[in-house]
Amino acid sequence: MNFTLKVWRQTSSAAQGKMVEYTASNISPDMSFLEMIDLVNLDLARNGHDTIAFDHDCREGICGTCGMYINGRAHGPARGVATCQLYMRSFKESEPITIEPWRAKAFPVIKDLVVDRSGLDRIIQAGGYVTVDTGGVPDGNVIPIPKVVADEAFDAAACIGCGACVAACKNSSAMLFLSAKVSQLALLPQGKPEREARVLGMVAQMDAEGFGGCSNTLACEAECPKEISVTHIARLNREFLAASVK
Amino acid sequence: MGLFATLYHSSVGKKFVMGLTGLFLCSFLVVHLSGNFLLFKHDGGAAFDAYGMFMSTNLFIRTMEIVLFAGFILHLVTGTITWLTNRGARPEKYVRNDVSENSTWMSRTMFLTGSIVFIFLVVHLRTFWVASRFYAAENPSMYQLVRAAFSDPVYCAFYIVAIALLAFHLRHGFQSAFQTFGIKKQKYAPLIHLAGMVFWLLIPLGFISMPVYFLINP
Repeated sequence: MNFTLKVWRQTSSAAQGKMVEYTASNISPDMSFLEMIDLVNLDLARNGHDTIAFDHDCREGICGTCGMYINGRAHGPARGVATCQLYMRSFKESEPITIEPWRAKAFPVIKDLVVDRSGLDRIIQAGGYVTVDTGGVPDGNVIPIPKVVADEAFDAAACIGCGACVAACKNSSAMLFLSAKVSQLALLPQGKPEREARVLGMVAQMDAEGFGGCSNTLACEAECPKEISVTHIARLNREFLAASVK
Repeated sequence: MGLFATLYHSSVGKKFVMGLTGLFLCSFLVVHLSGNFLLFKHDGGAAFDAYGMFMSTNLFIRTMEIVLFAGFILHLVTGTITWLTNRGARPEKYVRNDVSENSTWMSRTMFLTGSIVFIFLVVHLRTFWVASRFYAAENPSMYQLVRAAFSDPVYCAFYIVAIALLAFHLRHGFQSAFQTFGIKKQKYAPLIHLAGMVFWLLIPLGFISMPVYFLINP
């Protein structure tokens, strides 16, 4: 397959970026989106040009490192997958593919398609953890947790922190990301001691980082590669209200 | 006041304020519409005028009027602050953004629909509230005021369009408020859906029936 690409090129965070057109030739329909860019980069490097910078790591949808805005969608047109699990058979040769970095004030572009997502790390640092006493290894199943609760906590824990929710949200809000962590820890007994400080701290950090607020458009849920539900945002709201009233 | 300040300081808290004031304003729509149905009584407007007189002189209603104005102001000031903050969170726009693939246009245009409803509200208050409250001598009958306003097809068209936009605003806003309050259990979903239908469909249709009635029976 042969594709025309329109890629955002920006040499540094301070530089002015622009869309540049490339051709991707002899692409197998079974190649992942990242492999397709690898081939384009190989060509660019052979001809002495600067390659397209993009984030990637595990390439199997679990690390959350890759992420681009492809044809106006976070992680491209397929549902429930990260960019690395997107295959070239999902695209038509006749249509040019637009590739842009995540856009948010809180995600400044570092280079080309690479953005600085450390704002999400700072939100986690503001409360997305549990404190445990050191000592002997506790016995398994000492703390009983009903299966439905464990399952819901696990669904929330599936968040890979890729930032697609922020990228897709018209307000660049990190609420789905934040709610996944708040929800996971609020559901489990291990998360109870820091429950209130956690939600207040994480929301305050999100606001301070320059992410927008939630206006319930549900775009995040639709674009999340792990299909995290907005019911977690509802739980975050409850947690926040309860913690504020206390 | 301490709790309000804490809430108002954060993006999540501002949403609570939007939801609470929004639902409060919804409750006003019920009262307003039920009273207005007296327009349909065939008595030359006697019942409607008596109702109008009661509403403008009763102490409880007059007090609630102030609360209502406060609710409106809080809703639109908070909405504007939220809109400005959220807009600022993405200074550089996407070259291509297929938003229709992941969200409804009603959920994305709350500020726009709200702003137009606000413009409508100013005109609406000028036509009826200001005329009857401050120029009562020239306008002794509220019923005649309504009839005169709805004899103008342009005014009726503006009224109908504004109410339709209010309907779209409420279609997203009503159920969104419950998500904001954290009520997202599957078992409540049908109830919220049904109550939402009353607010975004039946009540706007009720309001639209009034200019239509006067256009047909001038």
